[in-house]
Amino acid sequence: MKIVTICGAGIGSSGILKVNAERVLKKLDINASVTAVDLASLADAARDAQVILTSAEFVEAIGKTFADVIVIENYFDTDELTRKLEAALG
Amino acid sequence: MSLPPLPASAIELGASADDWRAAVRLAGAALVRSGATLPAYEDEMIRMIEEHGPYVVIAPGLALAHARPGPTVLADGLAIVTLDSPVAFGHPHNDPVSVVLGLAIARADQHLAAVAALANVFNDSDAIASLAAASTVEDVQRIMGVTS
Repeated sequence: MKIVTICGAGIGSSGILKVNAERVLKKLDINASVTAVDLASLADAARDAQVILTSAEFVEAIGKTFADVIVIENYFDTDELTRKLEAALG
Repeated sequence: MSLPPLPASAIELGASADDWRAAVRLAGAALVRSGATLPAYEDEMIRMIEEHGPYVVIAPGLALAHARPGPTVLADGLAIVTLDSPVAFGHPHNDPVSVVLGLAIARADQHLAAVAALANVFNDSDAIASLAAASTVEDVQRIMGVTS
C-alpha cells in the first residue's frame, strides 16, 4: 500500500499529514508507506499510489489519477483521518 | 523529535492584522527577529498561498505559514503570532485564523522530525484555543512544550 500526501512546498503541511496518517495506519494495523511531496513532484510519486491525502485546494491540480483522493479538513484531527482512511481502504 | 527553536523573540501575542497577508508578514517578521530567516522569506510564504490557495489553514483557527527551504532560510525556526481579531484566509472550513505559525526549515530531508513534534502538540485538540488565549510568552512556550 502506498499513500502520498501533497502540499505546495512538500514540507510542513504535507509532512504533518504524513506523520498523522502513519500514526492512524499503525493503529488500524495497516501496512503502508506514506510519502510527503510537493505538487510538482506528484506525477512521479503518485504513479503507483493507492491513496492521495491532501487539501481541497489541490484536488483540481492533481487531475486524473487512479488513486483515491481524500480531502482532509483538519490535519491534526486523527479521528477524521481514521474515518476517511477506513472508508477508503476498508 | 524536537520542535525548531521558538525563542521569545519569535512570539507575538495579541497582534493586529488587517488581512491574511499582514498576518503572514507578522509571522515572517518574527522569524527574522529570531534569526531564522531573511525578510524575503515572508514574500515566499505569501507566494505559496497566492499560488496554491489557503491550504495552510490546516486546522480550525490555525495557519501554518511556510515556504520551501532555500537561501532565505538561515536556520530552522518556528514563530507564533496570535491575533486580537481573527482574520479570514478564505479557507472553506477552518477560517477565521487566530493563531499563525511561521515555519522555516533549512533542509528538506530533516523536516519530518520538526513537523512530527508539531503534530504531537496539536493532536491535542485544545492546543489552538490555549495558544489563542495565552497572555504571556512563557504560556506559549509551555503549551508548545518548549523550555527556554
